[in-house]
Amino acid sequence: MLALALFLSAFALAGLSGLPGLLRPRGGARLQVGLLGAATLAGAGCVALIFLGRGPGLVETPWSLPHAALAFAFDPIAAWFLAPLLVVPPLLAHYGRAYWPDEAHPESARRLRLYLGLTAAAMLLLPLAANVILFLMAWEAMALLGFLMMVCEDRDEAVRRAGWIYLGAAHLGTLCLFAGFALMAGATGSFTLQTLPVGFAASPRGTATFVLLLLGFGLKAGLVPLHLWLPVAHPAAPSHVSALLSGLMLKMGVLGLVRFLALVPDPPLAWGAVLLVAGAASAVSGILQATGQRDIKRLLAFSSIENLGIIALGLGLAVVGRAIHRADVLALGLAGALLHVWNHALFKTMLFLAAGAVAHGAGTRDMEHLGGLAKRMPYTAAIVVLGAAAICGLPPLNGFVSEWFVYLAAFRALGPRGWSWAVLAVVALALVGGLAVAAFAKLIGTVFLGEPRSVAAERAPEAGAPMRQAMGVLAGLCVLLGLAPVAVSPLLDRVVRAFGPADAEPLRRLAGLWPLGLAALILLLLALLAWTRLRGMRSAPAPTWDCGYVAPTSRMQYTGASFTAIIQDTLQWAVRPEALRQRIRGLFPKPVGYEERVPEPVLERVVLPLSRGMAWIAGRVRVLQGGQVSVYLLYVAITLIALLVWTLA
Amino acid sequence: MWTTYLILGFHGLVHVLVALLLPPLLLGIIHKTKALAAGRVGPPLLQVYYDLARLIRKDAVLSRTTTWVFLAGPVAGVAVSLVAALLVPFGGWRAPLSFTGDLVLFAYLLAMGRFLTILSALDTGSAFEGMGAAREASFSTFAEPALFLGLAALVRFSGHLSLGPMLAEAGKGWGAAGGPLILVLAAWTLVLLVETCRIPFDDPNTHLELTMIHEVMVLDHSGPPFALVTYGAGVKLFVLAALVVRLWLPTTAYGALNWLLFFGAMALVGMLIGGIESVMARLKLVRIPQFLAAATLAATFGFFLLLLKPVQG
Repeated sequence: MLALALFLSAFALAGLSGLPGLLRPRGGARLQVGLLGAATLAGAGCVALIFLGRGPGLVETPWSLPHAALAFAFDPIAAWFLAPLLVVPPLLAHYGRAYWPDEAHPESARRLRLYLGLTAAAMLLLPLAANVILFLMAWEAMALLGFLMMVCEDRDEAVRRAGWIYLGAAHLGTLCLFAGFALMAGATGSFTLQTLPVGFAASPRGTATFVLLLLGFGLKAGLVPLHLWLPVAHPAAPSHVSALLSGLMLKMGVLGLVRFLALVPDPPLAWGAVLLVAGAASAVSGILQATGQRDIKRLLAFSSIENLGIIALGLGLAVVGRAIHRADVLALGLAGALLHVWNHALFKTMLFLAAGAVAHGAGTRDMEHLGGLAKRMPYTAAIVVLGAAAICGLPPLNGFVSEWFVYLAAFRALGPRGWSWAVLAVVALALVGGLAVAAFAKLIGTVFLGEPRSVAAERAPEAGAPMRQAMGVLAGLCVLLGLAPVAVSPLLDRVVRAFGPADAEPLRRLAGLWPLGLAALILLLLALLAWTRLRGMRSAPAPTWDCGYVAPTSRMQYTGASFTAIIQDTLQWAVRPEALRQRIRGLFPKPVGYEERVPEPVLERVVLPLSRGMAWIAGRVRVLQGGQVSVYLLYVAITLIALLVWTLA
Repeated sequence: MWTTYLILGFHGLVHVLVALLLPPLLLGIIHKTKALAAGRVGPPLLQVYYDLARLIRKDAVLSRTTTWVFLAGPVAGVAVSLVAALLVPFGGWRAPLSFTGDLVLFAYLLAMGRFLTILSALDTGSAFEGMGAAREASFSTFAEPALFLGLAALVRFSGHLSLGPMLAEAGKGWGAAGGPLILVLAAWTLVLLVETCRIPFDDPNTHLELTMIHEVMVLDHSGPPFALVTYGAGVKLFVLAALVVRLWLPTTAYGALNWLLFFGAMALVGMLIGGIESVMARLKLVRIPQFLAAATLAATFGFFLLLLKPVQG
């Protein structure tokens, strides 16, 4: 009962955190940070109780709505997904104090704070919801509030368009969820989430349920080819809202998949294979598209698609492990996916906040107009280098640990009594690792290093103190998780046992966690040793050696596009860039231009032609609706006669 | 009990000393081989040690465009190479840090070093370093799948998830699975050459910045940072060569004989690299991705051939 009380107080505090700011504008932001911080403490108490085994399990109260119940499942899966939802919102509110202050945005700042609090509360409900109706209500609330936050400053046409695309995709997903959950409730007989009967998964209804729920949750999570709305919607929002969308909201799709898969005792191997292939496709295509972007936030949005692909790879391997009765593959795959949920929430939020700081200071998100910001914004630059190293999965940071678990799950599945197609996961992860290093080296090199390419970049100020503090807390958590993965492995063990076999082996026996921490520590010590030695050396300043040319300009540097040109050219059969070039004609030619862009393949080659086709068909069918009432009455009469004939025959 | 810990400590100490002290000698062997093949006497075998000592005594010249990221590249290069050296078994004894899953850590340590080296190159704001960084980022992307497919093939063959036991099984398995293992060896040799920036992927002796990859990335380093760069590159070459050597070198029952065989094999690999550099020119840049795709295909075929074999372990 204590856990329930703590959770309800966290929910109430988070939901009402934006309200005082409406009534008392001054100090409203600080009050929200305080209320969200209090919600975090209460929620942390609840999470701790669950992990200590003192949670109340399933708590159910009937409700007046048909088939609905206020059912909360206080289990380790819920606790795991609650943790990032508690850590991130207060940091976002703190960041918003400097990034979206009332003075600069008089109309939208208070509304944004209100929506932020309400979204945090709606998302807190989702991990615990054990009744389908309650889950869908919280889901819909989260989607609508996300839309409202995205378009809070809607003067810009691009922002309005992004909002519509986001809303359309979210509702398409919710429709699929309605259908899928209805099928599932039909199989179990009740609207509370319970284990599905054995044999349901292999039946056609079971397959339909899986497909519908995968579509619904995949649309929210951004799995290829359901990811089209992500690169449009995430960059258009204010940066801390983008951070919430990328860091937290995408994970709610993962939560849905994990909750559903936990209820299936006998999934067919094909389900795992489908998740694996979707994950591999998302990861590789996401990061490949990211290497071609020049908008910082669009690059980060595509990188989110890549990371969700890695999570889906882990989940796919977990389902494969369950299907072939390999508890070690299941444990490692699930642990990798879940830990990557935490890790991505941390470093993607951090990167989006830093992108916001850059956009706020330099006034543009286009990396080809930036450069040299490491001298003007050293703290932000250090945060981005750390975040990029974490997101590429480089040791000794946290991104490496979760990718390591997924690798180990795939490697373990290669042995006897395994599934050799798991090698696809290994190849996908290897490709993704290399491409991620290229994409983020491009980001850091073009934005922060070298010489400034524009006047705005020369004058960009460092981020304000609240922004730096929010990013710093996340950076510290990334480093901690990377150096001491043994600290979270007992928690992961509990979640794996709640998902799968109750006697699963602990992770520290399946993977060398302690030696990994030791290796990370040795790496840091060696680096520190070398660093202090270098800092103590004597040095003289000079211009960059450009083959002896001592007057380099910023235009002589490599641009972001040229940095990734080799990758884009070699893989142009996959990327298919479009180039608009005008020919130079005659002896005294006019000025010509050249433009190259990387279109989004699924959107521009599949969806847009399909929708144009559908619009053409609709135009032809429009003939039937001429506007004359007599024709409509004729349609009514024909339909009635047809129905009469059908029922009587 | 005590004696086991003492022996383990002795093994670890020997391993660490070999990793710290011998890499410049391997570079010296390569240079000497190239000189002798060209009809010259060439530098002494210990020349790289003298170079490192000279560089450490000098002052550094730092470009005004650079920030702290510039020095992070050399530091990371040395640190990751030394930690990677702790993961690979050298002379038939266990590696000091050997655990389940260290194969992935090995590959990603090299990726970390590469990431920070690329950033330190971009920090100078020079077109030359940017070009080298772009090439390095792209070519290593194409080489990663070959390395990992080779690892997957060895995991399938040996059933172990740690580099030491895996390579030991592979060393013994040439009778049963020679065909697939030759393909993996070929793929890994190409990965060795591309990661250490040797012919046919990069020319370490060219004077033309436009044709360089690794050399141009470190163009602005001087003095102690350049010493760290050279030393780090040497350790990385040593570690990757040890990985390739342990794939085929058999282990006997005598510790000293194993170490002798290991040193001989490493010298052989050095002479082989020197020989390749003496007879071949660097490939056209557009051919490099095709070569790496061939390496990936070789590793893929090796993996699929191993799928047909009965698995041990």
